[in-house]
Amino acid sequence: MPKLKLPAPPLPDRLNPRPKRPGSTKTKPLAEAGISAIDWVDERTSLSQGARWMMFRKIPKGTNWFYTLGSATLFAFLSQTVTGVFLAMYYRPDAAGGAYESVRYITNEVFLGEFVRGMHKWGSSVMVILIFLHMARTFFFGAYKYPRELNWVIGVALLVLTMAMSFTGYLLPFDQRSYWATIVGVNINGTGPFVGPYLSDFLRAGPEFGATTLARFYAIHMLLIPGILAALIGAHLYLVAKLGTTAPPWIKADDPVQKEEKA
Amino acid sequence: MPDRHQTKSKYTTDRRIPGAFEGETVTRRRFMTASAHTYGGVATMMFVLPSLAFALGPIFEEQDQPWQDVGAADEFDEKSYIPKTITIASGVGEAGKSTVYMRRFDPKIDKEPKDEYNDFIAVSTRCMHLGCPVRYVPAAERFICPCHGGVYNFRGEVDGGPPVRPLDRFYTRVRGGRVEVGPRFSVNREIKRFSPRDPGQALDGIGQYLYPARPSIRKLPNT
Ligand code: HEM
Ligand code: FES
Repeated sequence: MPKLKLPAPPLPDRLNPRPKRPGSTKTKPLAEAGISAIDWVDERTSLSQGARWMMFRKIPKGTNWFYTLGSATLFAFLSQTVTGVFLAMYYRPDAAGGAYESVRYITNEVFLGEFVRGMHKWGSSVMVILIFLHMARTFFFGAYKYPRELNWVIGVALLVLTMAMSFTGYLLPFDQRSYWATIVGVNINGTGPFVGPYLSDFLRAGPEFGATTLARFYAIHMLLIPGILAALIGAHLYLVAKLGTTAPPWIKADDPVQKEEKA
Repeated sequence: MPDRHQTKSKYTTDRRIPGAFEGETVTRRRFMTASAHTYGGVATMMFVLPSLAFALGPIFEEQDQPWQDVGAADEFDEKSYIPKTITIASGVGEAGKSTVYMRRFDPKIDKEPKDEYNDFIAVSTRCMHLGCPVRYVPAAERFICPCHGGVYNFRGEVDGGPPVRPLDRFYTRVRGGRVEVGPRFSVNREIKRFSPRDPGQALDGIGQYLYPARPSIRKLPNT
């Protein structure tokens, strides 16, 4: 007998499965197999506890569509991750011409290449727009206040890293636009007093834009920052589930005295 | 209830810890904890430090800037610039090439001190705002940047727009009737030579201290 039991969805009565009659104990064998497989894992990991903790949270009265902006950003990130992994199967970080050629090949020759590259290219802008909208939502709803300050701080790190993703990714097609935009971007980094000159040498791997600059940007873009982003998003979501979300500012807390008078 | 904050003797024997011996102050538990943390720290540093040094190495490594032949000495005059192509980064083909504008030193307009390295003036095309490639426009006798409207006069001094200092130059020398272009240097408003700086880094006033010279490219003494 399966032990796993999830709360029933709030369906109208006629859509709910009928209660079993005494004597008809047969369950569908396929469902039985699936449930017992899940049971097997759950018995050894207690994962369902975590899933229930994450999914069946209490949410405040007044929760609205603006609360989906964080998840929308999350899905933009997931889409970037998946399309990026597949782009990496054809991309070559070779500054002597191979990078440009491999991107041309993806766009013009690979089946659905233009589509997957387009998803990644446009998706990057979508993610930046969504992250700003989500930040605006948490700001205007006052959701950054106690006890959620740390989630705001993690959010700022996520924002900066997302910008760093945009900067490092822009170079990869290695056409005239990405080359000169990166030169300008690196030089903007260089205008910071005292550390600037060393920072731009670090980004370029030397005093000139050279053979290892592209490889460096590629490694930062596809390994270093995504790893940190994924870890920080985990921490961000953990805090969301642990602290719960805030009610919109126009929702007043129920006054127990008033409530009693009304009743 | 016993006072939990009461100061205990530092000797394990006084504290009646089983297996304690005379004069011992560090418990085995503390010793094990400390050594486990130390081993963990050492093992982590064994891969973190070399990796960091590996990524930061190029900041400290001086890059070669070999002398490059750009043409016969009689090819160039004082009147106008002739564009020549040099390699500023090896191993990346076209992406490592750059244009320099060449002319002869003209005592009538060039007021900087004459020496063996400026018979010919080699002006870099790197805009000193943020690094876009400037182009010499003969009709205007000016260098013009395509990016944010930077304009430089015939000597490469800023005429207008956002650039913070005159265009960089390269050392030149003549070998057997051929002109060679050598290492890059930056200049301030008086066309005084400075160690190469990146665009956007001013060299007048306190600029040269705000933006120190880097070990990755040949330094001129005291600049
Ligand atoms: C990779 C980028 C990000 C992802 C994937 C993400 C994801 C999420 C999700 C799914 C939530 C749940 C509630 C909601 O959707 O509104 C949330 C909440 C929150 N986020 Fe983000 N977020 C990101 C960036 C940011 C940024 C840039 C900030 C602000 C600087 C921020 C601050 C917050 C705060 C304060 C909450 C708590 C909201 C509340 O308790 O009502 N996040 N985030
Ligand atoms: S890079 Fe030349 S004006 Fe900005």
